[in-house]
Amino acid sequence: MTRDDIKDLILEIIKDIDEDADFETLQADQPLRDQLDLDSMDFLDIVMELRKRHKLQIPEGDYPQLASLSSCVNYLEPLLKNV
Amino acid sequence: MDRNQQRVVITGIGLAAPNADNLQVFRAKLLAGISEIKEIDLRYFGPAPAGICTFDETRYRKKKDNKRGTRAGCIGVYCAHEALADASLDIDYYDRSRIGVYVGLTEHGTVETENEIFNISQYNYDVKYWTHHHNPRTVLNNPAGEITMSLGITGPHYAIGAACAAGNASLIQGVQMLRLGEVDMALAGGISESTGSFGIFASFKAQGALAEADDPRLACKPFDLERNGIVVSEGGCIYVLERLEKALERGAKIYGEIVGYCINSDARDFVLPYDKRQAECMQQAMDRAGLRPCDIDIINTHATGTKQGDIEECKAIRQLFADAPSTYINNTKSNIGHAMGAAGVLELAGNLPAFEDNMVHPTINVSNLDPECALPNLVINQPLQLPSVSTILNNSFGMVGINSVIIVKKIEK
Repeated sequence: MTRDDIKDLILEIIKDIDEDADFETLQADQPLRDQLDLDSMDFLDIVMELRKRHKLQIPEGDYPQLASLSSCVNYLEPLLKNV
Repeated sequence: MDRNQQRVVITGIGLAAPNADNLQVFRAKLLAGISEIKEIDLRYFGPAPAGICTFDETRYRKKKDNKRGTRAGCIGVYCAHEALADASLDIDYYDRSRIGVYVGLTEHGTVETENEIFNISQYNYDVKYWTHHHNPRTVLNNPAGEITMSLGITGPHYAIGAACAAGNASLIQGVQMLRLGEVDMALAGGISESTGSFGIFASFKAQGALAEADDPRLACKPFDLERNGIVVSEGGCIYVLERLEKALERGAKIYGEIVGYCINSDARDFVLPYDKRQAECMQQAMDRAGLRPCDIDIINTHATGTKQGDIEECKAIRQLFADAPSTYINNTKSNIGHAMGAAGVLELAGNLPAFEDNMVHPTINVSNLDPECALPNLVINQPLQLPSVSTILNNSFGMVGINSVIIVKKIEK
């Protein structure tokens, strides 16, 4: 997956969680929680979707890596390089 | 506390029934005998008649919250907001920490657990795919808790588990908490999401107690010789309960006063009903209300359309109301099916407008009345106009031998 593919994947998962989510003004380097209506349970939903779609097992200690769109892409790029 | 503070009245009703999403439409359809029971195709089970509610699920909260929460929570949030709107009551009229939310449930968590088992079956039953939402969805206080989150209520909330008597039981809880001074306003009622559970259907089927009919609208037929079981429905109904004094002070519309109630136990069988205890329950509720059988204008029966259940209740009514020629008897499940934890409160709500229109809505689908259910004043197939209606007795019974009765009296202007 390319970095753009990963970005699209994350946004698609967030859209599944909250179809009212508005990405118009989303800043990639800012925390997703500050910009969207997401809480800790939603982040667990993101982790679960990555597990279901790509069999990724993300350790709890790595959850902070999913804080912003950019950090998601950075963290997932090596894990999804062969997808 | 003076006497008016001990008197508790109903000032708002919000509901989701299989044929209506508000009381006005519900009443009109009950009077017209319009059933909207349909056939559903349930995972693992197949086709069955069932009552499904259609209402504006995103009127009071986002789709995201409906997705995260439960069907029961979704129904509850809708009904609670509708009840407050019906009561013309701003949530801030009362201190939010002095509002109690009491929700009657027959069961809860079955639907969510079945869904999750199906979900992990898609992943070779690997429990790593089990959702983190399972526990908050299946705790018994879930529907009541979802209501408090939606309305910002910080007073007590919990579920009342009382099988199919749960709706009545939660109203009783609300009355008691108001009388004790624990809360200043209560949102009390019942909710059912049982139509999502194959276990509920399969169990009734295994018991020989699940209704079958070519036309699902005709499937629920209490008191008819051809009745063959229960129609499972989802639904919800939440009441605003206030002390009479406060209701009068704010000029609220008052549906009626809860003047009597009783809950008792058969203490003898897991599923079979018992006329003797049902009669005792009705008698005790009337005693508490200071009423005699001849003072009751309408009895809403619990009858679900099972052979023995209907007969037992008719026997209980005969024991007490033989000399009550002005007491009329109806049934609401024939119209909407059995809404489980919501049954008692939905059925009572359907009858309360009788205080205004003096009509008794009919038990429908009776084409061949069972002689053992042929009570003298049973209202069947056509509504009945009475000179006046001022007292309604509502029966609601459940498995493992629980009986509940509520009596509501019209407040004379």
